[in-house]
Amino acid sequence: MMIEAYNLKKEYRNDSVVTVALDGVTFNIEAGEFVAIMGPSGSGKSTLMHIMCFLDRPTSGIYKFEGRSIDDLTDDELARIRNKRMGFIFQSYNLLPRTTVFENVRLPLIYSGLKKEIEDKMVREAVKQVGLSHRINFYPNQLSGGEQQRVAIARALVNNPSVIFADEPTGNLDSKSGNIVIALLQELNDKGHTIVLVTHEKYTSEHAKRIIRILDGKLVSDEKVINRLYAKNNKELIK
Amino acid sequence: MRLSDSFFTAIEGLKVNKGRSALTILGIVIGIAAVIGVMAVGQGAQSLVLQEIQGLGSNLIIITPGGSEQKEGRPSISMGVLSAKNLTSDDVEALSRKMNVPYAQEVMPVVMGSAIVTYEGQEKTVNFIGSTANLPQVHNRFTQEGRFFSDEEEKGMARVVVIGSKIKEQFFGEGNVIGERIKINRRSFEVIGVMEEQGVREMQDIDELIYVPISTAQKQLLGINYVNSIIVSVDSEEFIDQTISDIETTLRIRHNIPNSSNDDFTITTQKELSETIGIVTAIFTILLSCIAAISLLVGGIGIMNIMLVSVTERTKEIGLRKAVGARKKDILIQFLFESLLLTLIGGILGIIVGCLFSWGTSLVFKEILGSSWGFILPLNAVALGVGVSVIIGLGFGIYPAQKAAKLNPIEALRYE
Repeated sequence: MMIEAYNLKKEYRNDSVVTVALDGVTFNIEAGEFVAIMGPSGSGKSTLMHIMCFLDRPTSGIYKFEGRSIDDLTDDELARIRNKRMGFIFQSYNLLPRTTVFENVRLPLIYSGLKKEIEDKMVREAVKQVGLSHRINFYPNQLSGGEQQRVAIARALVNNPSVIFADEPTGNLDSKSGNIVIALLQELNDKGHTIVLVTHEKYTSEHAKRIIRILDGKLVSDEKVINRLYAKNNKELIK
Repeated sequence: MRLSDSFFTAIEGLKVNKGRSALTILGIVIGIAAVIGVMAVGQGAQSLVLQEIQGLGSNLIIITPGGSEQKEGRPSISMGVLSAKNLTSDDVEALSRKMNVPYAQEVMPVVMGSAIVTYEGQEKTVNFIGSTANLPQVHNRFTQEGRFFSDEEEKGMARVVVIGSKIKEQFFGEGNVIGERIKINRRSFEVIGVMEEQGVREMQDIDELIYVPISTAQKQLLGINYVNSIIVSVDSEEFIDQTISDIETTLRIRHNIPNSSNDDFTITTQKELSETIGIVTAIFTILLSCIAAISLLVGGIGIMNIMLVSVTERTKEIGLRKAVGARKKDILIQFLFESLLLTLIGGILGIIVGCLFSWGTSLVFKEILGSSWGFILPLNAVALGVGVSVIIGLGFGIYPAQKAAKLNPIEALRYE
């Protein structure tokens, strides 16, 4: 089992006020799945996402990633797992503005202690996968929003992670660019990467294989997508 | 994280706001330059003073009349030096005898005074030194033209004079002087030599002195029979202590002095003088360095300030780096590297500016005083400058870097 969540709870304390963000969520995700986590803003889906990708710890409950419980790991070990086993895509791309596409994609690798030649090869491979080889020495502000998000995807997959977490990856994009991003995620899933996609758009979520719906910190439904959508003509769109 | 990555990341960080980085570096440059400059000038001045004392001739023992108030430790300048009359030519003769003071190489009595010198209608008041014929050997001052007066001339009270190079310039210009006659206090003297250019020593311009035989000076210019001081030179430094006690014994016997507290003379050595002056200049250097160090401290606070701003501005970047696997240590090192780079650049520039400053100061001194320490690259100050800038970089960088390392990645990523 890749991800096991049992009765996850997360509370935020602010002075005397206690806000419950997650209220007993239980589910599993297996390797190779493409799961969309859906819910309106404030539903707790972002909190769930943060716990799933080891950026936050639950108040109570059990969370295991690849069999290792978050409670047993130190911060440095969590950082190492994030670095080696996970990829991240954010709504606002989060590229470093003054460094090239190459350097942006390389970012996770500088913390992983590989040889320079191997790093170079991995970066070029990842940039090629998102179809931006011709832009490899460009700076983020020379790229369109869609291209920037594809750089972010390259960065997420450069370390060949087992799971890619995408937090509203299409939120800032027009439908065409969004389509390319979703198509890339589907392609990566076909190649064996597990994808966890957080979104509040029904249309986007229907490109996944399975949808988990969250409302007020509770899991309200968990079902397979029956009529799965496919982002078409991916190769055509990128060119 | 590779060192080269840390380095380039730090450079990228500094390039974000070049003007701000430059101003921060300037603060360190000023601080380091001030410290280095003050230390270099202090060291230079100290070595100049010591060199001048040594220039009097090495291994000299100076005997002046009048007791010293302070018997233990360092000599104090006796107020009786110029008025006391109890050192005489007989004392000189006693000290010259090998059986009394075996290690004395040269014994030279000195009288000093001023006189009016006239030559072809020109008139000038000049300081003169009356000594024996061994002054060139004792003081390492030699003639550049003609010769110094001889023993016979000194014993025979000859009216001969050796003049300083500036006196020659003032009275004779470029012309020949040897054999010319000048009047000193209305008495006619033959010029037999011109001394080498020496520059300023002990606040007096040696090139403006004239030298006459001591007997001539005592009898014909001053009308005295005592001497102002006796200088004894010793072969080697190791005999100085022995020689001092020999001199003391000889003089006490001659002056009927029962014990040292009644001494009517004072003995000073160059070593003591050098040490005293060395301590004084060192204290000045330390004091000034402390003031300079305060500006360095201010520069360091500037570094901390800028790094704190930088951490806040780059909160999102820190969040991202943490999300993709940077450990606390990686972030800490990144920001420490940045502040270290700031202070190191500032330190190196500061060393250059400080050296230029001390070089310029030595030039100015040369212009004003006619003598200088030349330029010494103060290696210990350079090492100190680099060391201090590293310490400041780490010391003032650690707090901002820790702040960055402790940022919560979720909040950092959300930060706009």
